[in-house]
Amino acid sequence: MTNITLARAPGQPIYLDYQATTPCDPRVVEKMIPYFFEKFGNPHSRNHRYGWEAEEAVEIGREQVADIIGADAKEIIFTSGATESNNLAIKGVAHFYKDKKDHIVTVVTEHKCVLDTCRHLEQEGFRVTYLPVQTNGLIDLAELEAVVTDKTAIVSVMAVNNEIGVIQPLAEIGAICRKKGAFFHTDCAQAVGKIPLDVNAMNIDLMSISGHKLYGPKGIGALYVRRRPRVRLVPMINGGGQERGMRSGTLATPLCVGLGEACRLAKAEMGAEGERLHMLRDRLLNGLKARLPEIYVNGDLEQRIPGNINISFAFVEGEGLMMGVKDLAVSSGSACTSASLEPSYVLRALGLDAEMAHTSLRFGLGRFTTEADIDYAIGHVAEAVEHLRAMSPLWDMHLEGVDIKSIQWAEH
Amino acid sequence: MAYSEKVVDHYEHPRNVGSMDKDSGDVGTGLVGAPACGDVMKLQIKVSPEGIIEDAKFKTFGCGSAIASSSLVTEWVKGKTLDEAAAIKNTDIAHELALPPVKIHCSVLAEDAIKAAIADYRKKSGQGEDEAEQAAG
Ligand SMILES: Cc1ncc(COP(=O)(O)O)c(C=O)c1O
Ligand code: FES
Repeated sequence: MTNITLARAPGQPIYLDYQATTPCDPRVVEKMIPYFFEKFGNPHSRNHRYGWEAEEAVEIGREQVADIIGADAKEIIFTSGATESNNLAIKGVAHFYKDKKDHIVTVVTEHKCVLDTCRHLEQEGFRVTYLPVQTNGLIDLAELEAVVTDKTAIVSVMAVNNEIGVIQPLAEIGAICRKKGAFFHTDCAQAVGKIPLDVNAMNIDLMSISGHKLYGPKGIGALYVRRRPRVRLVPMINGGGQERGMRSGTLATPLCVGLGEACRLAKAEMGAEGERLHMLRDRLLNGLKARLPEIYVNGDLEQRIPGNINISFAFVEGEGLMMGVKDLAVSSGSACTSASLEPSYVLRALGLDAEMAHTSLRFGLGRFTTEADIDYAIGHVAEAVEHLRAMSPLWDMHLEGVDIKSIQWAEH
Repeated sequence: MAYSEKVVDHYEHPRNVGSMDKDSGDVGTGLVGAPACGDVMKLQIKVSPEGIIEDAKFKTFGCGSAIASSSLVTEWVKGKTLDEAAAIKNTDIAHELALPPVKIHCSVLAEDAIKAAIADYRKKSGQGEDEAEQAAG
């Protein structure tokens, strides 16, 4: 575990939004720095030392990425992030196998970059099945098994959800896909470095990785593409044929080095860090429960990464609450925080009423979160909720025993 | 999103939070919005025999802008006649609080809440909308 601390300027809120992004670990930054100036070579230049030393650094990074997921370095393609990896995996496979297969399976709670990619493929004529989730946020394996057919080219199921932190049963999904002859892609942006992953044990064929979610730099990610049995892709970016022809363009050496080092550190520290975060998360949840009635955890509490908790504070609107917890950097599933004025589609997919979806906050804990941060957060959130409940007409109705669902609201 | 100083001030120090007896003859209650939409406002006015709004209270479930809009209108309506209060426009509220375009609906809700409270009072006191118009004219 690290003893590095995240300094805060006066008035700067405590960062509890580790699912949005993570700070780049200073140990990672340090490893990257030489590759900006002294060792600036093009890793694809085969003719001189500048190129060789850059290439060597990139290949070390590639091995470190492969190592954290039990893959071979040759199976790792560097990309600009998980968004690109997800696009490349799903579009690439769909396009390559389109003569034989025209069906894609994914899940309603996937990240927008997966859902939007699938919508795009639907417009091209592919059929897409969007699996629902159960109230705990997990898919029903029997339902998955029922929809995958010999026409299914790819099944894309995220490992860990970015809003509610729940972990899908990857090994079971992988087994179903293998049996049915469909490729299994998993968006592991929120999973790598948080939970143990093994592409062989879990029968994963493609995996998306993001640098900035695991204390690496922004602007880099990776796609794992299985070699045996071989997965083939139509590239989205054509050019010099780098990355086994799947992603052309000169690699960003410092970013590759940073992603690799981030994976190395995460793997080394995962066990102890996981336990520490679990303890902090329980402390936060128990502390809030002790202070506040009528709070509900969204998503399964057991099948969940330790660094996430998503809570609905009934009768208090989420954006109003975010304003009250101004000393914390958190995010909300409330519609008011989104341009669309729709509450979180992930929370709605759990079957949560719109009114409960509006009252949620997501707390993301991570490497630089301290016990003092959590203790402060408990008091601060509890005060804000109490302040807002004292102003909430719905809280009054609740206290009077009025069921707010029995009222005829003029919904707009 | 960054909030204007006035929104923050109303949010942190809301004016006239509370409830009045909705069954009392001199109290008008407006309840607008819907929990599913993420905003509910309850605005109450207490009207003197002379037709002046003597007191106003609110309770709001909503974002900071919704809370500030309702808090502001409770201040504005006090001392006004029903017709003066009914003339408050959402654009006045949005302007005063410097609400950004995505928050305009919060001010619309506050305008609806005043109108609903006035209508409730008029209904209770036996004045229809039309009679009230005439009385004012
Ligand atoms: C689950 C998930 N997938 C994909 C992404 C996109 O990752 P990136 O920012 O690396 O493109 C994110 C980050 O927002 C995410 O949480
Ligand atoms: S109450 Fe939803 S944006 Fe104001």
